Amino acid sequence: MTVPQTSVFGARFWIVFLLCGAVLLVAVPVMNLLAAPGSTFSIADHVIPLLGKYICFALLALSLDLVWGYGGILSLGHGAFFGLGGYCMGMYLMRQIGTRGSYGNAILPDFMVFLNWKELPWYWLGFDSFAFAMIMVIVVPGALAFVVGWFAFRSRVSGVYLSIITQALTFALMLAFFRNEMGFGGNNGLTDFKDLLGYNLQAKSTRLWLYAASVIALGLGYIAARAVVASRLGRVLVAARDAESRVRFIGHSVVGARLFAFTLSAVLAGIAGALYVPQVGIINPGEFSPANSIEIAIWVAVGGRGTLAGPIIGALAINGAKSWFTGIAPDFWLFFLGGVFVLVTLGLPQGILGLASRLKGMIGTPRPQAAAGE
Amino acid sequence: MSARPTSQLYLDGVSVSFDGFKALNNLSLVMDPGELRTIIGPNGAGKTTMMDIITGKTRPDTGEVYFAGTVDLTKLDETAIANLGIGRKFQKPTVFEHLTVFENLELAAAGPRLTFRVLWARMTGELRDRIDQMLDFVGLSHRAGWLAGALSHGQKQWLEIGMLLIQESQILLLDEPVAGMTDAETEKTAELILSLKGKRTIVVVEHDMVFVRALGAKVTVLHEGSVLAEGSIDHVSADPRVIDVYLGR
Amino acid sequence: MNVLVARLLLPIFAALFWVLTAHAADISAPLTALSGDDFAAKVQATEALGAAGEPAAVPALKALADGRLYRNPADGRTLYSDPADAARLIDAITGQPVTGVDAASLDKARINNRLRGAITNALAQLTLFSSNPAERLAAAQEAFKNGGSLEALRRAAAAEKDARVVEALALALAAAELSQGSEVERAAAIDRLAATASPATRGLIGRVADDAQAPQALRDKARAALVSIERTLWINGLVANLFQGISLGSVLLLAAIGLAITFGVMGVINMAHGEMIMLGAYSTYVVQEAFRAFLPAGWFDLYLIAALPVAFFVAGAVGFALERGVIRFLYSRPLETLLATWGISLILQQVVRSIFGAPNKEIANPSWMTGGFEALPGFFVTYNRIAIIIFCLIVLAVVALILRRTAFGLEMRAVTQNRRMASAIGIATDRVDALTFALGSGIAGMAGVALSQIGNVSPNLGQIYIIDSFLVVVFGGVGNLLGTLVGAMTLGVVNKILEPVAGAMLGKIVVLVAIILFMQKRPRGLFALKGRSAEA
Repeated sequence: MTVPQTSVFGARFWIVFLLCGAVLLVAVPVMNLLAAPGSTFSIADHVIPLLGKYICFALLALSLDLVWGYGGILSLGHGAFFGLGGYCMGMYLMRQIGTRGSYGNAILPDFMVFLNWKELPWYWLGFDSFAFAMIMVIVVPGALAFVVGWFAFRSRVSGVYLSIITQALTFALMLAFFRNEMGFGGNNGLTDFKDLLGYNLQAKSTRLWLYAASVIALGLGYIAARAVVASRLGRVLVAARDAESRVRFIGHSVVGARLFAFTLSAVLAGIAGALYVPQVGIINPGEFSPANSIEIAIWVAVGGRGTLAGPIIGALAINGAKSWFTGIAPDFWLFFLGGVFVLVTLGLPQGILGLASRLKGMIGTPRPQAAAGE
Repeated sequence: MSARPTSQLYLDGVSVSFDGFKALNNLSLVMDPGELRTIIGPNGAGKTTMMDIITGKTRPDTGEVYFAGTVDLTKLDETAIANLGIGRKFQKPTVFEHLTVFENLELAAAGPRLTFRVLWARMTGELRDRIDQMLDFVGLSHRAGWLAGALSHGQKQWLEIGMLLIQESQILLLDEPVAGMTDAETEKTAELILSLKGKRTIVVVEHDMVFVRALGAKVTVLHEGSVLAEGSIDHVSADPRVIDVYLGR
Repeated sequence: MNVLVARLLLPIFAALFWVLTAHAADISAPLTALSGDDFAAKVQATEALGAAGEPAAVPALKALADGRLYRNPADGRTLYSDPADAARLIDAITGQPVTGVDAASLDKARINNRLRGAITNALAQLTLFSSNPAERLAAAQEAFKNGGSLEALRRAAAAEKDARVVEALALALAAAELSQGSEVERAAAIDRLAATASPATRGLIGRVADDAQAPQALRDKARAALVSIERTLWINGLVANLFQGISLGSVLLLAAIGLAITFGVMGVINMAHGEMIMLGAYSTYVVQEAFRAFLPAGWFDLYLIAALPVAFFVAGAVGFALERGVIRFLYSRPLETLLATWGISLILQQVVRSIFGAPNKEIANPSWMTGGFEALPGFFVTYNRIAIIIFCLIVLAVVALILRRTAFGLEMRAVTQNRRMASAIGIATDRVDALTFALGSGIAGMAGVALSQIGNVSPNLGQIYIIDSFLVVVFGGVGNLLGTLVGAMTLGVVNKILEPVAGAMLGKIVVLVAIILFMQKRPRGLFALKGRSAEA
């Protein structure tokens, strides 16, 4: 008579989830710390921050999937939220440098001394506290997304218009952050970090901990996203993607659902950015470039949007390929990336996961998660 | 004026134009609680625009629109109007194709509408029973687990009607509910609507004269954005102006 | 003793004599005084020469400045050596060569800084009487800027025939009268200067207004004049900004017209649109190089004309291939189209980078597009800007004609509005789609020809314009050429008006934020379609 409400957090899910977690969280550090250098199972020290970076990108892709895959809102400005989270972390790290900068100024970062600034701008206040900085990592991207989303969704800007507006948004931020007067280091951004919570960023153990933190953040983000998608609000989100006015006529708030997803997504992106910065050691306005934000969309598309797991796979695959290409044939990287954009949209609309499930002949299950519209 | 306090739905002097084209021209319509009304008229007579006005999709240039005699609908948006108890079925059946039939009804069912309440909302036994009853009522029990996109045209129409009913709307606006249905389906739909007569206020826009006759309700004929004639089906069928513009000789 | 006295007194007497018998033609006395020992007398003589306005004095003054001026102690006459031939001595008064003088016996006239300054001034004033009008104009402008002798200016003004120089002299004279004339003259000068509003006249009159020594009536008059100058300057500034804005707007419009077709009419988000512009610019480069290599130099100026069809076809062909190869499979999925065309744009950039290299390419302006003129004081209009404004209006007009007046345009609009119906009445919708897209791309290519004239040509060229182009189309209202025109011009002008207030980058940011806010009020742009059909 009725459909059993299948739990999205069933035993099978937890087994796969914990298995992946164990590989990333236990096997990788063990292979780095214990395996004999040079052996097949050894992971070199320099690979750890690289993996950590990929994990941050995976979280970023996951955040975009929440709004694009389920809400049908293709934000081309997610790099902005990522960058803002990164800058918040970068500001904390800058303040930790203290007198170890080139100019030895205990309060002002080097670039401010260089610009002949006399005191710290008000918006830098508080960033010497780790707790405050972490709150800002969440609040700044979240608040920006809330405000932009409020304006956009309320006036029913959607589809490609929203894409263009979000792209203009990240473009505007890029221009703004390029300015020295903004007080974020201009062109060079924030760099030369020394330590985090007193731990040297160059130390092997710090890097492993940062990597582990990224994996944990990704895991928690994934569970949060999955819970939202499985909630009734998640269904409103999907419903609004497919038949927006129908949702209004049954009395649900399209604006509310979208705003919630968009803000949560921006917060996840901000956290990804905050974890990314200490591992790569720099944040600059290039993170806001529109091209970066569009690239996130292709990670999601490659993995399979509307699947949550797919974008994680997509982000890892594309970034792995990028590292490989830049090592072997840098000139071909853009050909490859461009080709992926074209081929995936033309031939693999459901991405790798969609292909996998089609190969397994699983089409026709009561509620395929890969239910992306457009 | 005097009709407003006791009316369920009250439109007076409503006009709206799009780029110079007058879609509605001084339209007035009063519906009593529990009344069933059919609206007919040629294409472009303003039937869909009238529904757009009532549900808040379009704002009138001039005129009054009141729900239950007191609530000014011109000040509210679609969501608020829907939550007042005005439900609408579109001309083209619109259901959530990527959700199951069950989930479609779950979303439509009267319940929390505030965003965070919706986020934490849980399936309750009571809600499940209501959905099961509705599935039964619209004859879709055996399709509960299907994606709505996989339903036939007629089934989508019923699902949509089911969504309106489970929403517990006081007023149902049905835009061509039997378009594209087989004769058997049309007959069944007519029965369904008649069974609601007296319990809900229902406005049916239809071209199918057999169906209109089957409903046997008061008929309003729209033409060029205003009311041309009103009365029983036999009364309006005999009206020469109606025959001229709509029924044909 | 006697000689010494004579040496000291002679110049003074000579100068005195000259002053008493002031006569235009006779400058022998100050010329004689020029080679004396007394600096004060020499300065006085120099100023006298400058004021006399006799061009004959120029070589002597130049010689003095260069240290080539001598006194012959034998007869007290002033001599100078030929700048080309130091041994050749010339009499300063007669201008004739002098022979039989022992160069070693001559006394060289010494100069100091004060004298040097006086010489510069005098020479500047004397240039007022040069036979070359261009030099006279420059001298008059110089006198206006740095002040000149009232006397010399009056004489120059009386003698001047060339209209442009007359005008410049009138200004310079007014400036001189303002500082040196009688109270009546100063008042009249204010009127004349105020008639020509420029930052310079504002400065001159402002000095009078602030001068505590000046009579109250004069200061009041100056203040009133300042108000009117400020107003005129403000209007001029506005006109200049407006032109700059229209110029920028026309660039935006050129970049956006193609997009108005592909996005506005067809609803295709073509992120590779910027690359079509880039291809047009590179086509221009190739045509330019071909002209250089294969055609006579005299033909070179025509290369730009030849580049237009080439760019149109290159970009159009790529657009055609893009539509047939990719976009037609994505018509119902706009967001996928966006991503796929972005991929295409990456590939096109890399292709061009591989063929032509990453550095900027040099593209020359044809001679008819170089230069410009001063339209308002301090505001230059260049010909290439004007050419682009005209070109963009022509392109817009042609596109409007194609859309409204040709059979193809009719088919295009039919397909846009109702694909199935168009197909049912026998329009080959496939062909129309491909050609429409090719047309939009080809126009982007022609825009590339124009934009190559004012900016760098590099593989990233398209990226500069893509966001702006989309904003123009979205702001103006999709599917509406008039909206695109108004949108582009509005954005251009607002940008340029904000720039001086907020700086270039901040201005751009303000515009972006303003558009985002504007979309709140009119989510479908300035010239949106209304009604049921637009709600789909």
